[in-house]
Amino acid sequence: MLSKIWSDHVVAQEPESPAVLYIDLHLIHEVTSPQAFTGLREAGRQVRRPDKTFATMDHSTPTLALDLNLVDKMAAAQVRQLRKNCAEFGVTLYDLDSDRRGIVHIIGAELGLTQPGMMIVCGDSHTSTHGAFGALAFGIGTSEVKHVLATQCLLQTKPNSFEVRVDGRMGPGVTAKDIILAVMAKVGVDGGIGYVFEYTGPAIRALDMEQRMTVCNMSIEAGARAGMIAPDDTTFEYLAGREYAPSGQAWETALRNWRQVATDEGAIYDRTVSLDTGELEPMITYGTNPSMGMPISDRIPTLNEFSDVNKRQSVEKALKYMDLEPGQRLLGHEIDVVFIGSCTNSRITDLRLAADLLDGRKVADGLRMLVVPGSQSVKRQAEAEGLHEIFLNAGAEWREAGCSMCLAMNGDELEAGQYGVSTSNRNYEGRQGKGGRSFLASPLTATASAIMGEITDPRTML
Amino acid sequence: MAMRDVDTDQIVPARFLKVIDKEGLGEHLFEDWRILPDGSPNSEFVLNRPEVQGAQILLAGSNFGCGSSREHAPWALMDWGVRAVISTSFADIFRNNAIKNGLLPVTVEAETHGELFGMVDRDPHAEVTIDLVSQTLSFGNEHAVGFPMDPFARLSLLEGVDQLGYLLSMEEKISAYEANHDGS
Repeated sequence: MLSKIWSDHVVAQEPESPAVLYIDLHLIHEVTSPQAFTGLREAGRQVRRPDKTFATMDHSTPTLALDLNLVDKMAAAQVRQLRKNCAEFGVTLYDLDSDRRGIVHIIGAELGLTQPGMMIVCGDSHTSTHGAFGALAFGIGTSEVKHVLATQCLLQTKPNSFEVRVDGRMGPGVTAKDIILAVMAKVGVDGGIGYVFEYTGPAIRALDMEQRMTVCNMSIEAGARAGMIAPDDTTFEYLAGREYAPSGQAWETALRNWRQVATDEGAIYDRTVSLDTGELEPMITYGTNPSMGMPISDRIPTLNEFSDVNKRQSVEKALKYMDLEPGQRLLGHEIDVVFIGSCTNSRITDLRLAADLLDGRKVADGLRMLVVPGSQSVKRQAEAEGLHEIFLNAGAEWREAGCSMCLAMNGDELEAGQYGVSTSNRNYEGRQGKGGRSFLASPLTATASAIMGEITDPRTML
Repeated sequence: MAMRDVDTDQIVPARFLKVIDKEGLGEHLFEDWRILPDGSPNSEFVLNRPEVQGAQILLAGSNFGCGSSREHAPWALMDWGVRAVISTSFADIFRNNAIKNGLLPVTVEAETHGELFGMVDRDPHAEVTIDLVSQTLSFGNEHAVGFPMDPFARLSLLEGVDQLGYLLSMEEKISAYEANHDGS
C-alpha cells in the first residue's frame, strides 16, 4: 500500500535526490502556517491549488465560548492572521463561527476530504490520523507548508514499511486507545523512525473508522512517519454521502480505484511486530513519553528492569517529574483533572463511551472534568443525543471544539503539580500545562477515574 | 545533554508558538528546563553553565526532536546560536525541519557518541569540528569519524540551494502530472 500510493504520486525523481511528490490534500491551521504565508507574500507567489487547500483554527482557539477575547492577544492575533492569509490567497477557511470547524484531523475525515489512496499533509504531526482511510498522511514543518502552498509538491525520501499486526478479540472495557498504547509500549518511542506503520490483522479490521483513526493518530508517538490501514467496506460506508466524497458515477469510479489501494496478499514488510488483544487490559502511561505505558493493573517497572542505561535514566527522570516511585501501582492514585478530547479521542463514539459510563453518576468531589468535542459537528451530534446533559449533570464542563488541554495553548491547562488522566496523545513534561502531570488512557478509563477521583479500571464499573 | 527522547515541546513549549514570525524564539529555548518555577535560572541545566555560553554544537541523546512537527524548534536552536546537533538518531520531522534552516543534524555511532560525552565531561571547553564537505567530525587528538548525510541535503546546505527553488524548477512536470490526474 505504501509503495502503491508513493509511486502514484511521484512527479519527478532525479538521481541522488528525494522524490518530488504530489499532494492531494493540504490542511492548514493557525499555528504552523503564518510564516509560510509570509514567505509566499515576500516572494510574490500564489497558492498553486487553493482548491486542494483547506484551513481551520483549532490549536489556540477558546473553548469556553467562541469569543477571541477569551484567549490572550497573541493567540487572537494568530487567528486573525489566518483569516487574513486565507482571504488574500483564496483558501477555504472554516472560521471560528463555522459549523464545519474543528480539530483539523477530525474535520478532514468528517467532511469526506480524506480519501483512500491520497497523499495528505498538514503542518501537524498528528496528520498520521488520516492514514486510517488508506491514505499516506504525514506531518510537515512550516518550510514544507510553504513548499506545498507554492507548488502543491513536497520533497521526500521513501520511508520503509513496518507491519503492526493485531490479532485477537478485545475484551469489554478495552478500546482502540489501549491497542495503540500497547503498541507504543512494545515498539518504543523511537522504534518507528524511518518507517510507515501499516496496521493489519483481524483486530484492526474489526474496528470502526473512528477507532481506526485513534490507532493511526498515535503512530508518530513511536517516531513513525505515518500510520495506515488498508481501506475496506467499513471505510467506504463511512465516506458515502459526506460533503466532499464523490457521488453518483464518480463514486463508482472512486470505489473501483480505492479497492486497488490495499496491500497485496503476501507483501513483504521491512519489519513486523505482532500483538494479541485477547490478553489486552486497559492501558495507562506512567511516564513522560507515550511509550512509558503499562496494563492498568500492573506496577510501574522497577529501574533494574531496564538493561539499557539511557532508557533507565530516562524512566528515572520521568518518575521524578511525575513524583511516582518505581514498582508503585497506579490504581487508586488520586487525580485532579480528567480531559476527554484531542484528535486522538474526541469523536462521537468516544463521547458516547464516556457518557454511557457517566450516566446516573457524578464526577468525584473536587475533580475537574473537561469534555471537549473534536468538532462543532461532533458537538451538535452529542447535543442531539443529549450527551451534553449527562456530562453537565455529572458535574463535567462541556466545551466548544478545539485542541484545548491536549497542548494547553488556549488557557485550558493543568496547574503545576496537578495530576490529569487525559485521552490525548502526549504526556511530555509540561505538555498539558507547565508542571502538570499527565496519564494517557482511553475515554473509558478517563471517565471511570473521573467518577472515583483516582485511577480506576473501567472494567470494574461496566 | 545526554538524556534521550528530547521532544520538541521541551525545545520550545507550546505556549510560545503563538508568534507569527520566527524571531526571538531562542529566548524560550528549553525554557521549562532552563528556568525554575520561581523564575530563577536552573544552574544545573547544561545550557545555563557558563562554559557552554557561545557553544555552536549541541551534543544530544538519541531520538532528539521527537514529537510535534513545530519548526519553531530549529528556529529556537538557531536563534540561541546552535549550528549543529550531534546525536545517535533524530526524529524524522525534526531532521527535515533542521536541514531547511541550515541547522546540521549529525548522526554518529553509539561508540563515537560515548567518546564525545566522555571528552566534554573531562573538558567542557573541548572543541569538535564538523566538516560537511568531507562529512567528517574531528575531535580530541586528531580523532576523525565520518558521518552520513543525504546527498541532496548536503548540497542544499553547502550551496545554499533553496529547496523551494528546486520544486519550482519542476513546473512543467507538475503541470503534466496535474493534467494526467484531472480533478483527483
